[in-house]
Amino acid sequence: MKKLSPVIEWSTLLFCTGTVLLFLVAILWDLAVKGWPSLSWEFITALPSDGMTKGGILPAITGTVILTLLTAVLSVPLGISCAIYLNEYAKDNWLTRLIRASIRNLSGVPSIIYGLFGLALFVQGMHMGTSMLAAGFTLGLLSLPYIISTTEEALRRIPASTREAALGIGATQFESIRDVVLPSASPGILTGVVLTLSRAAGETAPILFTGVAFYINGSSGYLNQEFMALPYHLYMLSTQHQAIEQVRPLAYGTALVLVMVVFLLNLTAFYIRYKYSNND
Amino acid sequence: MTEENFKLSAKDVNLWFGNKHVLKEVSVTFPEKKVTALIGPSGCGKSTLLRCFNRMHDLSPDARITGQFMLESQDLYDKHVSVTQARKRVGMVFQKANPFPKSIYENINYGLKINNIPAKDRPEIIERALKESYLWEEVKDDLKKPATRLSGGQQQRLCIARTVALRPEVILMDEPCSALDPISTRKVEELIVQLKEQYTIVIVTHNMQQAQRVADKTVFMYLGEVVEEGSTDDIFRHPKQELTQNYVGGHFG
Repeated sequence: MKKLSPVIEWSTLLFCTGTVLLFLVAILWDLAVKGWPSLSWEFITALPSDGMTKGGILPAITGTVILTLLTAVLSVPLGISCAIYLNEYAKDNWLTRLIRASIRNLSGVPSIIYGLFGLALFVQGMHMGTSMLAAGFTLGLLSLPYIISTTEEALRRIPASTREAALGIGATQFESIRDVVLPSASPGILTGVVLTLSRAAGETAPILFTGVAFYINGSSGYLNQEFMALPYHLYMLSTQHQAIEQVRPLAYGTALVLVMVVFLLNLTAFYIRYKYSNND
Repeated sequence: MTEENFKLSAKDVNLWFGNKHVLKEVSVTFPEKKVTALIGPSGCGKSTLLRCFNRMHDLSPDARITGQFMLESQDLYDKHVSVTQARKRVGMVFQKANPFPKSIYENINYGLKINNIPAKDRPEIIERALKESYLWEEVKDDLKKPATRLSGGQQQRLCIARTVALRPEVILMDEPCSALDPISTRKVEELIVQLKEQYTIVIVTHNMQQAQRVADKTVFMYLGEVVEEGSTDDIFRHPKQELTQNYVGGHFG
């Protein structure tokens, strides 16, 4: 009986891992098989045509890419700075604990709530209208709590001895953070940022009310205008189109492109992490 | 050891972490260009005392310190002395080697840079610091190598090089050999003995043999108080206090 237990432990874990992998592979396989035939140079470089039953999805790709970049610009510097303040400078008292708890709670708020908030604040309150800018701000807001939490986590993992090394040779607290703590924490911070942005790139609800458009005749990517985005385009092709059967392959193609965009983002992060860890 | 020129001193020092009274009425002096060992059982406050001298407690919000810390005639906690100035004069080497995640060269260069030492002087200073730390021969061909790839002993000597490059007046060492193997320990100890020609050194150690090998003066602390101080020889061979005798005799600790 004693000898059996390692086998049971091992096979249980293997079974669980296998189950997870099975679903993952099934989803990707399904996407790849059904989406692959619609992929072509034209599909990713042309505008939709004939009521979106033909043509490509270029505006949706550029829309999503620019929206993600905008989200990054709006949320990453702010989120990282906020985490640095909370972890390195702020005293540990009831106020900072309250702030931390609020940030954690915010990351649990459903994204549709952010959409409504963005509609009220950015679209109407600040007169941005339904636009790329308003959607970017909304997604930025959605991303902030994740970026703050993951950055704080990465900073907390840097041991006190690393900070003391810099302080001990006469660095100010700011210099020690800028030159030693941040570079050491950067792989962790980067992972958090990329995971957050990948999530933001795939969000539909927050941009629904704040700027995404059904169809745009022309290029999509001006800050003050509505835009097309991959997740919404996919949603629309799969549920809202009048010729659903006809556009089904296009929907799969769009899904595959979305997954690839997110995959590319992750790959970039992986590469940067790899380069960093080699320089240690 | 008779009264002589002391470089560094603490007078009537009390320190609390929150409600915990860690240092109690500590007064102690460290002679110039000598090695002084701080010994005592774990938790006796020797590292805490050491860290006071380069103001490492400044960032702990629950630490409260009273008393006086003097570097010659300069009060280290004077409002007009910036903490970075104080740390430049009183360098510190930590328990665990903590090189920056940069190259060997950059590890020393960084300290020079933030202390505004002109770029043209730096290569020479770096070479001299590495030579003083007996690391030069081992690393001179790959200064670009990440410091974290060095062995533990080499890393600790690099940390010492990083400190001496700034020409401090005092070097504080907090159990610098506790994570090192005997051979690396021997090298670091030889280095400490060499360095006292130029620097005043205070070393915290758990290792009685180490204290006897490197220190001219020894201070024995127990439960936050200085029990006895004197020449290393006196402390280990002719201790006046029974507590000291029991500790250096290996009866507790």
